[in-house]
Amino acid sequence: MTTQTESAAASEIPAGKTLWSSGLRQVAPIVMGYVPVGAAFGVLAHKTGLSMLSTILMSSIVFAGSSQLIAVAMFAAGMPPFSIIATTFIVNLRHLLMTASLAPNLGKWRKWQLALFAYEITDESFALHSARFANGDDSRAVTFIINVTAHVSWVIASWAGFLAGATIPDIKPLGVDYALPAMFIALLCMQVKGRLHVLVAGFSGLASVALVQSGADQWSVIIATLLGATFGAGVESWMNKR
Amino acid sequence: MDEQTVILTIVGMTLVTYIPRVAPVLALASRSLPEPLVRWLSFVPTAVLSAMLFPSLLLRDGSFDLSPQNFFLWAAIPAFILAVKTKSFFGTVALGMALVAAGRYFFA
Repeated sequence: MTTQTESAAASEIPAGKTLWSSGLRQVAPIVMGYVPVGAAFGVLAHKTGLSMLSTILMSSIVFAGSSQLIAVAMFAAGMPPFSIIATTFIVNLRHLLMTASLAPNLGKWRKWQLALFAYEITDESFALHSARFANGDDSRAVTFIINVTAHVSWVIASWAGFLAGATIPDIKPLGVDYALPAMFIALLCMQVKGRLHVLVAGFSGLASVALVQSGADQWSVIIATLLGATFGAGVESWMNKR
Repeated sequence: MDEQTVILTIVGMTLVTYIPRVAPVLALASRSLPEPLVRWLSFVPTAVLSAMLFPSLLLRDGSFDLSPQNFFLWAAIPAFILAVKTKSFFGTVALGMALVAAGRYFFA
């Protein structure tokens, strides 16, 4: 027993540094993507007349990029609180499918760890964790390093955007706005195992495009995901029966 | 809108965002799920990633854009190839960003 504890402790000392460098390396594209978008959110919040407290509060406790940008636009248009909250609910409902799909990997986690983990799940951190878990990297420490770093970068970027007002530099020439799409490409390729997954990706992606085009952009991700997963499971069980 | 209403609205937004995030993990994590559900869930990451990715590559301002100026789409092709061949996460991000930056510098 003692030797076990000692060896675990001994292996944790050099591992600490590795955990941090592994987490920070993986979260880097997310931070690159969050900084300009968070700053843009801060600028818009400032222009709309939100206070600095409300701006930082929203980035800290809501922590959901696209819904925050929509909420600011709705505040600017003078929409009632109920509409803003209802829209936020619809836009963020897709996270339900994301955390549901991660749940089978979290069997050994404590309740408070699950509660904190879910609090910081965004499109980007979900994408990263689902690829990590699929590759057998389920370190809780790395998971939380990634989530907290992403969260902190989002809050600081919002705050900086608010302070800078309209004078944030144009980062488009650097291609930074492609950090998140490129990350999704890399993570999608890690997820896709076999032809059926390629079919599901194409099916779901094109369904999403069609839904956006038909004006259902707030529902597009969640509906396309439901359709894509059902298509995949349906084809799989049909092939197994034959 | 006064400050108090704004803050209460933000608290409301937090609740409706957090509940769908946390309910599935609390309900499902420590349970053994029926086999069909596990298989259905195994397709969710692929489906949700493509559902988020495809519109950002194929649409600009809400309509189809297959023009040479849609750098997001054309940069995606070499990025996909690199990702499939090397499985390199960081390399794919760096290549994608460099191609978009180069496209804007030389062709925009």
